[in-house]
Parts: sequence; C-alpha cells; structure tokens
Amino acid sequence: MTEHTLFRGARVVDPASGRDGTIDVLIEGGTVAAVGGGTERRGATVLDCRGLVLAPGLVDLHAHLRQPGREDKETVETGSRAAAVGGYTAVAAMANTDPVADNAAVIEEVRSLAARAGLCDVFPVGAITKGLGGEEMAEVGEMAQAGVRVFSDDGRCIPSARVLRNALRYARAFDVVIAEHCEDASLSEGAQMHEGLHSSTLGLAGAPAEAEEVAVFRDLALARLTGGRLHLCHLSAAGSVELVRLAKASGLRVTAEVTPHHLAFSDEDLVTYDTNFKVNPPLRTVEDRDALRAAVADGTIDAIATDHAPHAVEEKEAEFDQSPPGTIGLETALAAVLTNLVEPGLISLSRTIEAMSATPATILGAAEHGGPIEPGRPANLVAFDPAADWLVQAPFASRSRNSAFLGKRLRGKVIHTMYRGQLVVADGKAQR
Amino acid sequence: MNKHLLSINDVSAEDVVRVLDTAESFREVGTRVIKKVPALRGRTVVNLFYENSTRTRISFELAAKRLSADVINFSTSGSSVSKGESLKDTALTLQAMGADAIVIRHSSSGSPYTLTKWVKGSVLNAGDGTHEHPTQALLDLYTIREKLGRFEGLRAAIVGDVLHSRVARSLSFGLLKMGAEVTLVGPPTLIPPDASAWGVQVSYDIDGVLPKLDVCYMLRVQRERQRQQYFPSVREYSRLFGLTRDRVAMLPEGCLIMHPGPMNRGVEIDSDVADLPQAVIEEQVTNGIAVRMSLLYLMLGGAVTEEVSERD
Repeated sequence: MTEHTLFRGARVVDPASGRDGTIDVLIEGGTVAAVGGGTERRGATVLDCRGLVLAPGLVDLHAHLRQPGREDKETVETGSRAAAVGGYTAVAAMANTDPVADNAAVIEEVRSLAARAGLCDVFPVGAITKGLGGEEMAEVGEMAQAGVRVFSDDGRCIPSARVLRNALRYARAFDVVIAEHCEDASLSEGAQMHEGLHSSTLGLAGAPAEAEEVAVFRDLALARLTGGRLHLCHLSAAGSVELVRLAKASGLRVTAEVTPHHLAFSDEDLVTYDTNFKVNPPLRTVEDRDALRAAVADGTIDAIATDHAPHAVEEKEAEFDQSPPGTIGLETALAAVLTNLVEPGLISLSRTIEAMSATPATILGAAEHGGPIEPGRPANLVAFDPAADWLVQAPFASRSRNSAFLGKRLRGKVIHTMYRGQLVVADGKAQR
Repeated sequence: MNKHLLSINDVSAEDVVRVLDTAESFREVGTRVIKKVPALRGRTVVNLFYENSTRTRISFELAAKRLSADVINFSTSGSSVSKGESLKDTALTLQAMGADAIVIRHSSSGSPYTLTKWVKGSVLNAGDGTHEHPTQALLDLYTIREKLGRFEGLRAAIVGDVLHSRVARSLSFGLLKMGAEVTLVGPPTLIPPDASAWGVQVSYDIDGVLPKLDVCYMLRVQRERQRQQYFPSVREYSRLFGLTRDRVAMLPEGCLIMHPGPMNRGVEIDSDVADLPQAVIEEQVTNGIAVRMSLLYLMLGGAVTEEVSERD
C-alpha cells in the first residue's frame, strides 16, 4: 500500500507556480498527489502545518562536502544530513576535494556516496581545470556527459584570461555553466580580511574589494566575448553588484550568488579575531552588505548559496592568520535570510524561496527541485516556522562546527524536510 | 584596569595616568642596590615568546623579578603550528601550571585575544604581529610625559613603516587618547588604508611636518619591504624619510627624537642623530621596566597605596 502524507494548513509559497496561500498538499509515495482539492486520504499521515510555510525544498549551488579527502571535516553523508536539517533537498558539491573532482570517476564516487546516504540529491560540480591548477582544462565534456551541469575551480580564481576564455567557449558545446570564484590573487595575496579601516586597526593584511571587482569585470568581458554561460560565486562587494547589474542590463546571460554570511555580517564583526568570521571572499563593509541585500531584493543577485565550508576544530582554533577561511552554513542559511532580509521587510517570502530554491534549481539543472508544487511532481519540500526563535549552538548535523552564526539568535526554523516523499527531517530532527 | 592588556584601547585615559604614576614610584626601585620589592611574591608570570625579542622579554622578566614574582620564560621560534603544539595546548599547559599572568609575543595579529579563551590569568600583549604593542606605547607615553610634562596639544609625528608597525598603532591610539595630535608620515604604500579615520593626520612629506613637532618618533623599516615593492630602494627611502642631521636641524628646540628599537642606523635614522641629547632612545628602554612593573602590579596586585608603601 502506498504511503500518504498530508501537509495540512500550511501557507504554501511556491514561486514557480506563483502560488502563495494556505492550502493542503497531499503526497503519495515520492510525488505530489494533490494540491487543494481531493487531498483527503484515509490512513494518510497528517502533519499539522498551521503557522508553517511549505515550500519547494531548498537548493544550494555551493557547498563543500569535503569527500573524498577530508572526511574529518565532513562527508557526503554528514553534509547531506546538515543540508536536510537546513531544509535543502539538493546540494551542489564543490570540486576542491582530494582527489579533485576533475574527472568522471570522482563525480561518480560522490554521486554514489550521496545515493547511499539518501538524504538529499547531491550534484557534483566538476573542476574547470585539472587539479584546480588553473592551466589545463579538465575533461569538461566527459563530465558533462556524465550529467554535470556546473563547473568551477572554486576556492581559486582562474588566473589566466585565456584559460577562462577557452573554458567558457568550450562549455557552450554542452550548455553547461562556468562558475567563477572572482579574486585577483595578486591583489589578495596574504589577505586575512577585507582591506579597510578595520584591517588597518586590527593589523591584519587586507584584500580590497577591487580584488574581486577586477576579476568580475574580466569574467563579464569574457562571457560577452564567448557567449559562454557564466555564474559568479559568492559576491561580496557593492562594486561587483554594480558590474553585474550593468552586464544584465546589456543583455548578458550571467547569474550571481551571495552567501547568507555576507548578507548578515560585515568586517566589523572581526574585531575579536573570531576565526569563524574569517571567510573568502572576506566580509566587507556595512555598505557592501547593504548593497548585497538590495541586489537580492531587485534580482541582480539571482541566488543565495551557502558556501558551506566545514573545517576541523583545531584548524579554526589556531592563530587568525593560520586558520583556513570558511564557515559552515547549510543549517543556518534559511534562518539567516529570514532574520536579516525577510524580517526587516527587504524581501518577501516568495523572493526568498525563489533565491534559495527555484532559481538555483534552474541554474543547476535540477529539474526535480525548486517547484512547482503540483500533482505529479517529485515531493521535495520544506516546511518551516518563520516565527520560531532559536539560538545557534553546537552540536550541528555537520561534522564541523565552525559557524559564523554560533551564539546568535535567529528567527525561522526548519520543521520538516521531505526528500522524494520521505520525511528526512521531522519536527526539526533528522530522521536518519 | 581591565583584566587583560590586549590593546592600548583596553586602557582608559585615567588608567594611563595611573599606570604612569605608579611607574614613577617604581622607577626608583631600579636605582637601589637591591632592586626588588615584595609586591608580587608568590605570583607566577609566564613570558610566552613565539618571536625572538630579547629586549622586550628581558624587560618583562626584570619587571616581574623586581616585583618578586616567579618568572618562567617559554620561548619558541616560529608559529605554534610549525612547532607542532597548538597555541591552545600551550595555553592549557600554562593554565594547569597556575600562571597568574601570561605575557605573549607572537607573530600573528590577534593571538593574545585567542589566548584569553583558554587561560584564567591576565594576558599582556607584548607585541602581536602587525597589530599592537601596548606596553611599548605606555613606556613611550611615560617618556614623553617625563620630558615634556604633558600630552594635551602635543604634536607628534610617527614616521616610517606604519602599515606593519604594532608600535605605531598602539602609540597613535595612546597619544590620541591623551589629547595629543598625531601625524603619520611615510610613503603612501606604508600608510594603512583609511588610517585617517583613526583621527590622525597623514603626510607623505616629512620636511613639511618636522618644523612643528614636539615628538618625532621614527619606526624601524625592514629591508624586506623593498623586496615586497613598498618602496624602490633603501637608499631612496632614507633620502625621502630618514631622520638625517639636516632634518634634525628643522626640528624645533626641545623636540624629542624617539625610536622603539632595534634601530637600523643609516636607514630610518642617521647614526649620529641617534646619539644626540634630544634622542631619548635609551631612556625609553629604562622606563620600559618601570612601566611593565606598574602594569603587572596594577593588573595582578591590589590597591597601590598599601603595597607600594611596603617596599624596602
């Protein structure tokens, strides 16, 4: 007998169908069976969702799951669990593993680990260059044929304009996305944080916003030259946003993402040398942060992506300049956005789901995610309480605990996550 | 006084005066035959030096010993990471041994902040990376007050590699706190971005600044900055920003010449300039011991009056 689950009384926010209203949703097996009328089934598990928002499961364009290679920080399984707890049903896993995901074999390994975990869909990102070396193109075609839709050397910016040009050109044959980490390494060498008043006072080497902007400008120019499909990772600077705005206005096919931590924090937060705020790109000024928020609101920035970057405790407890950059983010992303953008009225819930689910699903080619929530569609859903107030604290579902949000109160909590019809998170708790 | 001394900004203007006044009463101890008072008898001070600095370490060591504290020197070159034991584990070890105060010198900015997470005792920053060196600033303030009698309205220039100087940061904030005017002078590449937001003036022309000064503070310029392309040559740097005999002649009478040491004679300061009577570089060193005694005493000891009167 097929299992039925009824989400009763939730406010359904589903930008892909344009729906925003209280309506019941019935799940049968792995798919949506009914929305609105005809949702009663004898023996169905009924989830009382009054006061909750039901939306398509979140989709993360940018997570580091660390496997293979750094299983002490995270595995595909623990990362998938963190994703599920955060309301994600699909996650793009970055290629900077060891070995690097620069060939179809590593891609297949990550996929099979994800299938075994069975907590969310994991879309491995392929490296653009072999070994992330920035010089020789990886076998993009073979990986594309194995189903990879996004390619990135994330963590590093491709240093050579010629190499990037060729990658963007070559990628056109497979209609895949080249996702760039924009950073002119010669301007950011040795940098520990954003360059400005605070880096001067703290005596930490800084990277100016221009280290990113110079690379963004170059990349946009090359996207124009090649007609290739460019995606810009984790933008951090107001100037970068302005460049993307101009490029889009001129008709360029480019997309961009921002992280929850860049939307929530600024370089002022580094005054105690807390290494959880050491991220790359660095947290910039309050003005930059506000420009990023506005860019999410007006659509210049298409997607919110976590850049979930787990690190070992002893690495993050080291001296500031010895500590690796990165914060985990999967379990706090939605709450961070609800707290910092929705609560103050900068964006709507619908725009939130668009930026965290519908749009990233489109960029990633994750057709079974991002909605619409309609009969026959795969049941990948999240139900969250937009009003629940909670304190971010360890332990996390992630194997690491280097969260910039540690000790912060956030508003908005994931209650249920349904992945292919299975409640992988119920009442806020991971089920497996 | 705050529990820790991580930045000069941890010390209020009132406390600066208190530290300097207390140092004054301690300086006399250094002139005695038996240079010791029992103020910190039974207390343990650890000098945790991750960077070679014989002068600062000896100064702290003498200060603690003159207060009768037990002193442990824990020196290691390079970062804790390269050494194999983490800063945390070292801190926990020192904590387990009952350190009442840890004086830390480290090449990484912010390490003293990190250390406070794991130890119960007071942490004194003896220089962290390119961040701060608050005890140096306090001994400089002591020297300035002793020679000029005030801070309010004094005009000071800090000349050289401000960008990489922990001394410059602490001294700038300290002088500003006490009501002095500060001008940072150096090539634009060695002035920290947005430094004017600290409340200082910035100038790239030393000759325009010198005639108006009460304090001319020269910073050590490391030769490796040339390799890093902050300036084209040491020769050009000396010509443009070095304190030469000719430039000393432009200083008003009574203007102090200061340097935190160790000096690069012939680079930022001419050899014979360093030996002029208005150069108070050796007094800075002498005063360092009294100021560090004062800090250890105020941070670890109790009320000033009763215990200081106990001495002899």
